Amino acid sequence: MAYTAGVDVGSTQTKAIVIDEARKIVGRALIDTGANVVVAAEQAFTEALGNANVREEEVEYVVGTGYGRYRVTFGNTQVTEISCHGRGAVHLFPGTRTVLDMGGQDTKAIRVRPSGEIVDFCMNDKCAAGTGRFLGAASSALDIPLAELGPTALRAERPVRISTTCTVFAESEVLNWLGKGKKIEDILQGVHQSIAARSIGLLRRVGIEEQITFTGGVARNIGMIDALQKALGAKLNVSDESQFIGALGASLFALDHILAGRAPAGSGRPS
Amino acid sequence: MSTEQQPDGIVGRGNREGADLFRQWFSELNRTAEQGGSAAYVFVMGSMCEILRTFDLPVVFPEINSLQMAVRRVAHEYLNQAEDYGYSPDICGYVKADVAVQLRGGEHPMGRIPKPSIAVLTNACNTYIKWAEIWERMYHIPVFTLDIPGTRAAGTQTWKGNPDFENDRRYVQAQISELIALCERVTGIRFDIDRLREVMSCANEMSRGWKQVLEFNKSRPSLFNALTDGTIYLGVANSFRGTPEGGRYFTNLVDEMAYKAARSIGTLTDEKYRLTFIGVPCYPIFRRFNELFTEWGGTFVHSTYLWFASGGTNLGFEYDLARPLESLAEGVLISVRDAMDSMFYPDRAILEMIDDFHLDGVVYHPIKSCRTTSTGMADNRRSLMAARDIPSLFIESDMMDRRVVGEAQMKNRIDAFFEGLASRKQQEAAAR
Repeated sequence: MAYTAGVDVGSTQTKAIVIDEARKIVGRALIDTGANVVVAAEQAFTEALGNANVREEEVEYVVGTGYGRYRVTFGNTQVTEISCHGRGAVHLFPGTRTVLDMGGQDTKAIRVRPSGEIVDFCMNDKCAAGTGRFLGAASSALDIPLAELGPTALRAERPVRISTTCTVFAESEVLNWLGKGKKIEDILQGVHQSIAARSIGLLRRVGIEEQITFTGGVARNIGMIDALQKALGAKLNVSDESQFIGALGASLFALDHILAGRAPAGSGRPS
Repeated sequence: MSTEQQPDGIVGRGNREGADLFRQWFSELNRTAEQGGSAAYVFVMGSMCEILRTFDLPVVFPEINSLQMAVRRVAHEYLNQAEDYGYSPDICGYVKADVAVQLRGGEHPMGRIPKPSIAVLTNACNTYIKWAEIWERMYHIPVFTLDIPGTRAAGTQTWKGNPDFENDRRYVQAQISELIALCERVTGIRFDIDRLREVMSCANEMSRGWKQVLEFNKSRPSLFNALTDGTIYLGVANSFRGTPEGGRYFTNLVDEMAYKAARSIGTLTDEKYRLTFIGVPCYPIFRRFNELFTEWGGTFVHSTYLWFASGGTNLGFEYDLARPLESLAEGVLISVRDAMDSMFYPDRAILEMIDDFHLDGVVYHPIKSCRTTSTGMADNRRSLMAARDIPSLFIESDMMDRRVVGEAQMKNRIDAFFEGLASRKQQEAAAR
């Protein structure tokens, strides 16, 4: 049995996936990226191997992805997370035509063909507005753990309107609403709605076509899923593996290489 | 590559001679400034060099001065100075860099820039008008705005013989007569129509060559990179318009292109993807930006920048020297109108370019600093995507301000674009 792996080195977390020839996920790992990207990639890969009970020499091909993809020193090649999220999303939900990937520092809207090939994509520019970092700022300002943000927001009755699009200023705006005596759940719902509106703007730029698959770490936030679904008026595909979809896409590109005997779409890229 | 002897190092001659001419031009400006002389301040879209050179006025292109600061990686010093002075970060970076040059008494990385004695501009860019007003206030100089009737709606351009065109031509010609009278007052020199004919003859040689050079890049492989080499050619096209050196340069450049085309000497050793560039270059990381594409085997074979930043002279309009003023008005009207169309209605022209230049992809580069070139870009891209199934990339940065240029983010997008192109080529190959 041949195995391949994908290692997605993101700005906040590093994810690794090991799959077998049947494209079944056999191992996974998720760790904080920290300051040493090379070590984070190695550690995530090692943990995923352990989780899969697979030896390193059994993994025939490794693709690195994410901002730290060139730091996956043991990787055979690199593919951007844009291509990997498209590929991974279509693999899990074959009806996917639009992908929204919301990570720690960036949000991507990706339109894909049934094959997973990218038709168009759009990302936030030079600013973390509308990304997971925006939620991090709210978490910090309200002193609520990230995991509780979504459930808390869902209890809102009269959401406030967060008008700023700047993550830094959002924190001041949250504090301003607190000072006015607004409930935490109403403020948080406003934060979620603000991020959703920003993300939908990106989606519209590439053209929204159903089915829409929501990927990335923020896709674990039920408040964000709810805000997006209400604003879009459409149901989102969300997988339990949402955080791993980039790594999954990378492992699938790696498998392509083995099965077809040719390099994946991203091969031969400059470092 | 051919092993035969190159005549006088013809390959790359255009770049070498272009750089030499550029240094010579700045050196002349520096000498003028040091001697207390002044110059005409003009812009690339409708410089009116034909008239100004008739009065022996040195010309300064503040847009070129500014982009040179970005290429030389000192733009931030000038931008900061203008912002400290009170200009908003949102204002055109070219304007702010020039304001700082003026505040420094003309100090520029390539020498001293003379003060203006007159500013001549067109309505091709709305910022030109506000920019020239700054000099008007600083130096109390006359500012002449040439109002060029633009295209009323996409695809409605009229041409010689059409009554609407003739009305527009007369309107432009009347303004040129006013400009001549103003130049006589500013310089104390009497207008000489034969001198104008000489200048126009040189401009004709340049326009003829420029058009041919652009056409040559339909060759496979492409003979020059429209972004990097093209910018050198543009520099000469603007700063030496109406001079014998400028005309000769483009005649020589045509020879170079013919030589390379005959021998299939391309700009890349392995040209995989032929691209066009829409917008103004990312000057703060000019070389690196281009490398992000060439590393993948991508090369820019054309660019709308070569159209609008040459003031529409890419059309190759040649003046009729038997009726110089009328013909100058025709040429200015047609060329500047085309420069505006290249920014506002480029989608049809890009569609033709896709076929003529065998393009694999289209790269849009809206920039924070320039509303004129960037505002309609998203619409144009949508229009193009609806008309043709061709991959396109939309990356935003700036032509001056490195604070809004994120190389890592840019590379990510460019890599993803090429992954899509590679995948498409694989599928096309598999389908054959």
